[in-house]
Amino acid sequence: MASNLDEPGESVDSALAELRDHYEQDGHGVELLEVAGGWQILTRPEYTEAIERAQLAARPQRLSAAALETLAIIAYRQPIGRAEIEEIRGVNAGAILKSLHERGLIDVTGRGEGMGRPLMYGTTPTFLEQLALRHLEELPRADELAIALRAPRPALQNGSDEQQEETRQRAG
Amino acid sequence: MGARLEPTDPAEVFVVELGDFSGPLDLLLSLIRDEQIDIYDIPIARVAEQFLARISTLKLDEAADYLEMAARLLRIKAQMLLPRREGEDAWEDPRAELVRRLLEYQQVREVVDLLEKLSEERRSRFARAYLPNPVLPPPTGALSFSLAELLGAVDRVIRIARKPNVHEVIPRALDVDGAIGVVRAILAMRAQAQWTDVVPKKAEPWQVLSVLLALLELAKLGELRLDQPRAFAPVAISRDTTSEAA
Repeated sequence: MASNLDEPGESVDSALAELRDHYEQDGHGVELLEVAGGWQILTRPEYTEAIERAQLAARPQRLSAAALETLAIIAYRQPIGRAEIEEIRGVNAGAILKSLHERGLIDVTGRGEGMGRPLMYGTTPTFLEQLALRHLEELPRADELAIALRAPRPALQNGSDEQQEETRQRAG
Repeated sequence: MGARLEPTDPAEVFVVELGDFSGPLDLLLSLIRDEQIDIYDIPIARVAEQFLARISTLKLDEAADYLEMAARLLRIKAQMLLPRREGEDAWEDPRAELVRRLLEYQQVREVVDLLEKLSEERRSRFARAYLPNPVLPPPTGALSFSLAELLGAVDRVIRIARKPNVHEVIPRALDVDGAIGVVRAILAMRAQAQWTDVVPKKAEPWQVLSVLLALLELAKLGELRLDQPRAFAPVAISRDTTSEAA
């Protein structure tokens, strides 16, 4: 064990690549994926049904739309407090934060500034693992999304000014 | 983990998520989409009216989050009705904040679609349970202490340990023979007696028990009969004439 760990990172990487190719070429039921800063052996999607039929494993429960929304907000705005999440979603977030925390998808990463020093939430390695992401940067940047917001506060004022222009023109 | 979440009010645990709507913004967006409304120029009066109609048909009207949005819409509607001077620069569209929130929420929905797709793909693959990095105990050297320290620790533990709680059971002599004598004496004088006649007033428990055992013993010997006409009625003691005759 120890001697394996002592090997330089390069040979570990090449060994992993070898293993991945081995799974790939010899038609194995599993594949090796880089996930959440590590490597994970996962069964291939084409065997999902067979595995489920054999009751060897069950798919985890789907997240509700509300939970996904909360998770999306946390993923892009972390660290973020509960009040801000509620402000964006327009809905109380207490119960959902609790259940996301129980599922290990988010964790308290610290306390924010301001009144009551609110708890700040962030995503966990489990979150990356559950989405088969290598790291958060694999998610599209906020400005790459189809509906890109014109950045947070200051630019927003401009946005609404333009819009007022429009409205006034239309009114006039 | 370890850090605790903010305490949740039990009332807050109730999550309203009826139909396809995960909140008032979601409902509002779907309204805007259905009506093909320009998000930058929302006819607020019409939208407010429809929003109210939708939440009443959805039976969501008890949900505070939806009511808050309804109130917000009506407020914006009122603000839109206020006259404003032509050419006034400082006029701010009362809908601006709502538009910003709707756009922001729409962006969240877009991310949700992405997360949903990723998690759906991942759900169809199985792994061994994910093991987060194990928390390694801090390295410790071999323990070193002297025999005297060990004995001292043992001594402290013994002193701290609570003394066992030993009950001493004191045998309390029952005077069954004495009670038998009393009962016999009473029954020698009269054929009938009550329980209260044979038990001394303010009797100690041991005296009561003695009398009870004496009565049972004498009944077994056939010297008397015990009767209780109904539950909790006084026990009647009578000389057993039949056995006497025999």
